[in-house]
Amino acid sequence: MLLDLSKIFGRSKASKDFAKERLKLVLIHDRANVSPQFLEMVKGEIIKVISNYMDIDENTLDIQMTRTKSEEGDRIVPALVANIPIKNVKNSGK
Amino acid sequence: MGEVIVITSGKGGVGKTTTTANIGTGLALQGKRVVLLDTDIGLRNLDVVMGLENRIVYDLVDVIEGTCRVKQALIKDKRYDGLHLLPAAQTRDKSSVSPEQMTKLTNDLREEFDFILVDCPAGIEQGFKNAIAGADRAIVVTTPEVSAVRDADRIIGLLEANELRNPKLLINRVRHDMVKRGDMMSIDDIIDILAIDLIGVVPDDEKIIVSTNRGEPAVTDNKSLAGEAYRSMTRRILGENVPIINLESDEGFMFKIKKLFGLRAN
Repeated sequence: MLLDLSKIFGRSKASKDFAKERLKLVLIHDRANVSPQFLEMVKGEIIKVISNYMDIDENTLDIQMTRTKSEEGDRIVPALVANIPIKNVKNSGK
Repeated sequence: MGEVIVITSGKGGVGKTTTTANIGTGLALQGKRVVLLDTDIGLRNLDVVMGLENRIVYDLVDVIEGTCRVKQALIKDKRYDGLHLLPAAQTRDKSSVSPEQMTKLTNDLREEFDFILVDCPAGIEQGFKNAIAGADRAIVVTTPEVSAVRDADRIIGLLEANELRNPKLLINRVRHDMVKRGDMMSIDDIIDILAIDLIGVVPDDEKIIVSTNRGEPAVTDNKSLAGEAYRSMTRRILGENVPIINLESDEGFMFKIKKLFGLRAN
């Protein structure tokens, strides 16, 4: 999609943006140091629990391993980042 | 008590040895007592980069095995006061040394020197484990390429896992012209991905090859942009608050050019 747009405007995407995107993807797996199956298991469990309270969009749900600076700020710690779009909060959860 | 700094990268060929040589020489020029420790057993190169290859008698493995005393193996660089090299063995392999032995050696060297700079081999195996064993802090060298940044990320994770907290990043061989046209990741792009503090940025500079040809570190060359970058990095290591000149801004770049001419006029 992005590629097509840039073609219309007669400019190809800068090669460094490819580098950044590819790096970010590959690092998610490198950093996780866990198998994709493991991550899928975690994902499945999270969906199960949250679904008890709200309807979520499973197609656009995004869960990944990344790295972040710790609260104290002097070290880097692994982090599980989840972006879970909510369609509707169930009545039982209110 | 001296400080032990390991220079590492994961990937080979990004400039660990050149960085070790230049920062070490830079620190010596600032009046510090420095020893450069080449731990790349079997593939030593710090000696040739420093132009000291003809003066090797004993090496790191000789010291570890007790064949000689540390003082006998240390090569004193006659050009720069306070600078010494402990070369790696060339005909042995990484398993000749253990992390415990390295820790003991670096602790002994702390008594005599202000800085012990450890040039780490590429890879994440035994040689890497040996190199980081006795270190207080780490400098991770990378270049603006996907392979080098990926390996740097892995190394940062391994350093953290080995209790070497808060490693600093050195981005080497940056080409201002390529960054400007979007064909090279910028400093900000790389910092964004690796999420660690920057200690320096070294521009891609032909003078590095010239100085390596001669066996004289570029940090001593007032006309070299890379040399200038190493000089300011040295001061940063000593705790001075020296701003990192952003090669991506034209002002910074032109300022450097003008400064260069200024130096030439002197």
